[in-house]
Amino acid sequence: MNLDIRYPIGYLFTVIGAILVLHGAFFLHADAFAAHSLGININLWWGIVLLAFGIVMVVLARMGGKKGGSG
Amino acid sequence: MQHSIIHFETIDYLIVAIYFVFVLGIGWMLRRSMKGSGDFLTSGRSIPGWVAGLAFLSANLGAQEVIGMAASGAKYGIMTSHFYWVGAIPAMVFLGVFMMPFYYGSKARSVPEYLKLRFDEKTRGFNACSFAVMTIFSSGISMYAMAKLMGLLLGWSFLDSILVSGLIVLVYIFLGGLTSAIYNEVLQFFMIVFGFAPLVYLGLKDVGGWEGLKSKLAGYSASQGFDSGAWTHAWQHLGSPSRNPLGVEWFGMVMGLGFVLSFGYWCTDFLVVQRALAAKTMTAARRTPLIASIPKMLFPFLVILPGMIAIALTYQSTKGGNGGFTLPMKDGSYDYDMVIPYMLGHYFPTGMLGLGMTALMASFMSGMAGNVTAFNTVWTYDIYQSYIAPDRADEHYLKVGRWTTVVGILLSVAAAYLAAIYNNIMDVLQLVFAFVNAPLFATFLLGMFWKRATGHGAFWGLLLGTAAAAAHHGLTIPHGADSLIKGGWLGQVHVYPSEMAQNFWTAIFAWTTCFVATIAISLATESRKSDAQLRGLVWSLTPHEDKGEASTPTMKKVATFGVIVLVLTAILNVIFW
Repeated sequence: MNLDIRYPIGYLFTVIGAILVLHGAFFLHADAFAAHSLGININLWWGIVLLAFGIVMVVLARMGGKKGGSG
Repeated sequence: MQHSIIHFETIDYLIVAIYFVFVLGIGWMLRRSMKGSGDFLTSGRSIPGWVAGLAFLSANLGAQEVIGMAASGAKYGIMTSHFYWVGAIPAMVFLGVFMMPFYYGSKARSVPEYLKLRFDEKTRGFNACSFAVMTIFSSGISMYAMAKLMGLLLGWSFLDSILVSGLIVLVYIFLGGLTSAIYNEVLQFFMIVFGFAPLVYLGLKDVGGWEGLKSKLAGYSASQGFDSGAWTHAWQHLGSPSRNPLGVEWFGMVMGLGFVLSFGYWCTDFLVVQRALAAKTMTAARRTPLIASIPKMLFPFLVILPGMIAIALTYQSTKGGNGGFTLPMKDGSYDYDMVIPYMLGHYFPTGMLGLGMTALMASFMSGMAGNVTAFNTVWTYDIYQSYIAPDRADEHYLKVGRWTTVVGILLSVAAAYLAAIYNNIMDVLQLVFAFVNAPLFATFLLGMFWKRATGHGAFWGLLLGTAAAAAHHGLTIPHGADSLIKGGWLGQVHVYPSEMAQNFWTAIFAWTTCFVATIAISLATESRKSDAQLRGLVWSLTPHEDKGEASTPTMKKVATFGVIVLVLTAILNVIFW
């Protein structure tokens, strides 16, 4: 197969993570967090986690080079 | 639907849309790799072990599973984890260590094809046809459930949901076949983990951590007439069916659920086994279910815990609470299926809500896709190539495989509408499927480990096992049964304390009947297969090197991996004793 699945996984979570971070940091009012997520800016924090995961996946795919990963 | 429960904003739709673009993109990227029917229907046996492993896990993780496990978490508490720690994991280890050498080594392209190689044509035909019908209805039920839920939550019309889910699944399978489905299942695995993990975190924080959850559930337990630990101990209250909310005793649970039902599903259902058969080497195929078992072990915390949290918080609010989370009511009791959707709506602000709902939609769609790809392979190879048009060029079967996807989706749509119109038909069908599935594992166990088992023995054993399941269900009822669909349509010989107990015992009866009948009929009939023909299909006739690990050092053996998985699972059982 000529597609390493780590790329789509990596890019997908990088994009979604970035959207959540931006949304949480600049657009969503603190009221929304008070009303829903116990006052935690869950968009920002979880967005950072997804962003980091996405980037790690892409880096792994780049470094691995082997098609489809190992194992 | 005029009101929607979940308030979606542009950003939420954006996240859903991005996910759909990736899903379709994977199919698009793979379209040129589909050169023969093998690429399309069996992934050309090219998938790395970890990808096959996560797909193996995801294929079973349809939305009914996610929503159903959360509902059971609320209804039965931590005992629901028996479906994982007693049910799934030992069966997955058994599949990887003992059965995969024969499935993979036989070069069979499907589970029914293994039955043909090992037994005979009629056994394969029976299994292939019942499986094909089942996959279509399961896919249809997935579609129906998604349409119903999206209508309720987001206000989508039934037709819109069907069109969106049907078209997306159709396009990515049509383009990229099984590989596309497997890759998307891996994507879905991460989507579910990332979508639900923060939900569990927020819920647990809200309820006061594990200690807070335990003390609130103790109150709830007592209010339901059970010991205070009934919702938070997995084994302590299994001595008698009346002492736990599941209504079963340990023997029925371990034998019925742990042995018959779980081994029957995980070790013989082509939907999951197909993922392992797509792996690129024998070792990767054998490791597939074991790799899957590691996250599977932890899934109770992701899908069962939310149910426990939901019922604890609901109980707290009924006791003069703070206006926190409460489950909705339906027909006079809690609507347990709403645990996940309501928690998403309660704990996630917009943005995260998009992520959580995407995870839910992803699991509905992969539930459909898994069934459709399994249907494709069984239809094309086991029915079309075997009975309708044998000896055609491979390109012909590739074409048939592709267009079977379209037919499969159209039939699923028809099944979804049927489910919407006649709810009872679906209940009856699921019951019939349960009867057909219950004895299957006895056939495979004898087939793989007893060389004397014959085709006649296997076929009639299966039929008698299925009949025994039906008869047992017809002669018993669960306590408080209100319709014939719950049993007793032949008479009333025994009353079980719960539906769960009745299910488990139906399975035990079916399995035992099939096991005994297959042995008896095999001994009375002659085996038509020579020892040479059975090499690679039966344990005692397969040389060690064919099982794939003659020269592997002990620490790298699949069996060692299996033992580690079992020890970890045992530890989890002890922790939540």
